[in-house]
Amino acid sequence: MSRLLVCPPDYFAIEYEINPWMRRVNAVNSDQAVRQWHGLMQVLEEEVGAVLERMRPMPGLPDLVFTANAGIVVGGKAVPSRFRYPERQREEAYFEDWFREQGYEVVTLDPGHFFEGAGDLLRFPDTWFGGYRQRSEVSVFPLLSDMFHREIIPLELVDNRFYHLDTCLCPLSGGELLYFPPAFDHYGQEALAERIDPARRLVVSEVEALRFACNAVCVGKHVVLPAGCPNTESLLTSHGYFPHPVLLDEFMKSGGSAKCLTLALD
Amino acid sequence: MKEQETILLQGHIIDSLILAKVLDTILMMGGTFDFEDVQIGKTREEPSRARIIVRASSAKLLSEILHAIQPHGASVESERDCRLSPAPADGIFPDEFYATTHLPTQVRVCDQWVKVDRIEMDLGILVDPVGLTARTIPMGEVTQGDLIVIGREGVRVTPLQRPRDRDVFSFMESQVSSERPHRHVIGDIAKRLVQLRAGFREGKADSKVLLAGGPAIVHAGGREALAWLIDEEFIHVLFCGNALPAHDMEVDLYGTSLGYRHAAGRVVPHGHEHHLRTINRIRDIGSIEAAVKSGVVKTGIMAACVRRGVLVVMAGTIRDDGPLPGVITDSVKAQAAMRAAIPGIGMALLVASTLHAVATGNLLPASVPSVCVDVNQSVPTKLADRGSFQAVGLVMDAASFLGELSRELGAPT
Repeated sequence: MSRLLVCPPDYFAIEYEINPWMRRVNAVNSDQAVRQWHGLMQVLEEEVGAVLERMRPMPGLPDLVFTANAGIVVGGKAVPSRFRYPERQREEAYFEDWFREQGYEVVTLDPGHFFEGAGDLLRFPDTWFGGYRQRSEVSVFPLLSDMFHREIIPLELVDNRFYHLDTCLCPLSGGELLYFPPAFDHYGQEALAERIDPARRLVVSEVEALRFACNAVCVGKHVVLPAGCPNTESLLTSHGYFPHPVLLDEFMKSGGSAKCLTLALD
Repeated sequence: MKEQETILLQGHIIDSLILAKVLDTILMMGGTFDFEDVQIGKTREEPSRARIIVRASSAKLLSEILHAIQPHGASVESERDCRLSPAPADGIFPDEFYATTHLPTQVRVCDQWVKVDRIEMDLGILVDPVGLTARTIPMGEVTQGDLIVIGREGVRVTPLQRPRDRDVFSFMESQVSSERPHRHVIGDIAKRLVQLRAGFREGKADSKVLLAGGPAIVHAGGREALAWLIDEEFIHVLFCGNALPAHDMEVDLYGTSLGYRHAAGRVVPHGHEHHLRTINRIRDIGSIEAAVKSGVVKTGIMAACVRRGVLVVMAGTIRDDGPLPGVITDSVKAQAAMRAAIPGIGMALLVASTLHAVATGNLLPASVPSVCVDVNQSVPTKLADRGSFQAVGLVMDAASFLGELSRELGAPT
């Protein structure tokens, strides 16, 4: 059973611009956004079998909907995010309170460190990967590695359109990796190649990477991804996965999709 | 000296290739690095850690490099000032005094890196925190209250960079062999001497050549070659004892060295007295310089030195005959006189004298190329063990070395 933290998009809007996708003139259609979000929830609950924990949305915090950036939760321990931009720093207290209310052991990073949660820290069972340079900073990974006793391989994100690791890389439950290699420099690509053999590296095309094909939620053999990525769907199918495309283009106006809208709690 | 900072890099820096990326960045931007300490994690979970010294040709380039590697986790290690303690009494260093090496050294004073002047091994460092200067100081010269560096904090030593010239000095591995062919080594020394003479004539810094030699130069037949090298302005400073000048002038006055007929190689009757008579004669005249200038001594090494204004430091030893006027019999004073002649030396030739070769070698900074020539392998070996890229050892006799060197430089045969 997979538990995911989500937050309804009641106040979702584009009120500032902190990544190349966000344009304040590109207004969100709120009704559409709400419909799309509920569509995603339905797929997650009914088709994938995930259990959803819903956070209460807050006025003035339009990006609270992107719960992937709440922090990282592993084995009853939660490390809340430290956002790079002041616009999102106001979310930190809400996420931290939620973790405490749920009874997690909360470990906080010193202020001044930047770490944007599961957006930049993705896990295989034995190795974790950390994205840095755009939002999180590389110096947090030794601290997290120490807290969770895990190896964390930092990967530099070199294309600001892929500003979080979960926008260009998605670990799959069978050990495969769905990713867009040009989002990394050759050191990062080499480091990934060192850990994952070529047969398990599923490369997404640029067109679909820009539709956030890698911003997918994998639960067992189910993969929920944004609609409009047929080649990625075929790739997943050929490796034994069941793709579930969901229309999420209102959230793409803010630079987020399926994965950004969820946080794995187990 | 190059600008440098120490950086720390930690975490899973090996498998992520972060370390490789940082090192590549340093090199691609024109900097260099040295590992000071590396600890590799023993398991996948255990982090690795590297302390790296980053060097660049200017403060601006260094700052650019640090700026470029900082996002990959390289943090500049916070540096502290060196610790200073006043000398408790004249001639006594404070406890825990820092003992120098012969490598380029800096100390951190008032948050600034200050070059230690006149670097020499086995001395202390005297700091003037007001004038922001630092220099080496021998134990015996310390005055009570002098501020001396203690401990190792705030002291950094720069390993020698491999010399850029592609000659024998650039790829010596501190090994000394009697079996190695000498010719190309001597050829390279000759090329350096030509460059240095040109620099000396133009008044360039660090272009003086020092020769420290023993009397075997005269006995073995290297006198004429050395006199020629001095006359041709290839040698600018001479370190020796009492015997080298005594036997050199004995040849001029009596035609013998230590009683052997110089030309025929036979002992002459009462020849063993000749060097004593020579010393006595020079003492009577008052100085070697006066003996040469008055025309009493006309040929040889000392005559050439006087003609060319070569600085001669003669350091006496126990049971010297005479000694000759000008020989310094107080060994502390002799050491100080030799030390005073070191600044400006660009190359040192240490020929056929264990005592003077080792003393001179220990006075020289590691950055000065040196050549040690002796028939006894242990002398060049001892000098080569100083750990300098630029110490060349030749196991051969003094006359052959000086003869080949002068021929290489165009001396008439």
